[in-house]
Amino acid sequence: MGEITENKVENRVRIEMDAKSRNESFARLAVAAFVSELDPLVSDVIDIKTAVSEAVTNAIIHGYEDSPGTVYIDLKLTDGVITVTIKDDGVGIDDISRAMEPLYTSKPEEERSGMGFTVMEAFMDSIIVRSEKGRGTEVIMTKKLSDV
Amino acid sequence: MISFGRDGRSLIARIEGEIDHHTADEFKTSIEKEYGRINAKNIIFDFTGVTFMDSSGIGMLIGRYKKAVEYGGSVYAFGVSKEVFRIFEMSGLHKIIKISDEEPADNLKKGGRVKWVK
Ligand SMILES: Nc1ncnc2c1ncn2[C@@H]1O[C@H](COP(=O)(O)OP(=O)(O)OP(=O)(O)O)[C@@H](O)[C@H]1O
Ligand SMILES: [Mg+2]
Repeated sequence: MGEITENKVENRVRIEMDAKSRNESFARLAVAAFVSELDPLVSDVIDIKTAVSEAVTNAIIHGYEDSPGTVYIDLKLTDGVITVTIKDDGVGIDDISRAMEPLYTSKPEEERSGMGFTVMEAFMDSIIVRSEKGRGTEVIMTKKLSDV
Repeated sequence: MISFGRDGRSLIARIEGEIDHHTADEFKTSIEKEYGRINAKNIIFDFTGVTFMDSSGIGMLIGRYKKAVEYGGSVYAFGVSKEVFRIFEMSGLHKIIKISDEEPADNLKKGGRVKWVK
């Protein structure tokens, strides 16, 4: 009766990692472990791992352009919804809507396909990208975990 | 992890584990080396042991496709899981890479011809 449960944060984990490619697999494992308490569908876990992999990789190769930096991962679980925030203090994005177009890449010479944002959009329920040139980028994604 | 086999001028590349930005760079380098070393034309990917792939895998595969086409060859893949196939579809990879459900290496050993589907 009158109890406020809405928007209650049930769990939260924050990770700071060096912007190194070998940490990409750690980020995926961490998010999989984080949602495991909800006993989620395997397919939901794969979707979330893939989206996290895309955002963390972008922070490393585009945000910091393979030079030293820190990637910030914030994981939140509220009412069966996971919110993942991946942030870098890197170069930022000039034109966010162009960056999010399928097949757009600023690094075609490095065998990038420009599909990262498209994968994030397809695998998560929502995505917000905030960026400022020279200051960094923040990608906020949510997904409701299916009831098993 | 990656290991190689060959069948005539087809390079068979067996990938095990996860394909992400970190590993895709390593796979690219070793495939390029082996492709040149055996003077290959086609590339056959064994995806049976692939547990994860993100868009870095798309870039790596398109790169190998371009290379094979340059040398008059094609790229094939078998053992592609449902999850990885979703990434193939999203990027159109399934239109340029021939995907089979069969084990071509075994098939070739038996002297049979590989039937590629999809
Ligand atoms: N964290 C970031 N900092 C700076 N620029 C970024 C960042 N994330 C994405 N971008 C820009 O957005 C573009 C599109 O990103 P997306 O992930 O869709 O494709 P990609 O990384 O280029 O290729 P792929 O992900 O297929 O390997 C990038 O090429 C880059 O220019
Ligand atoms: Mg990307």
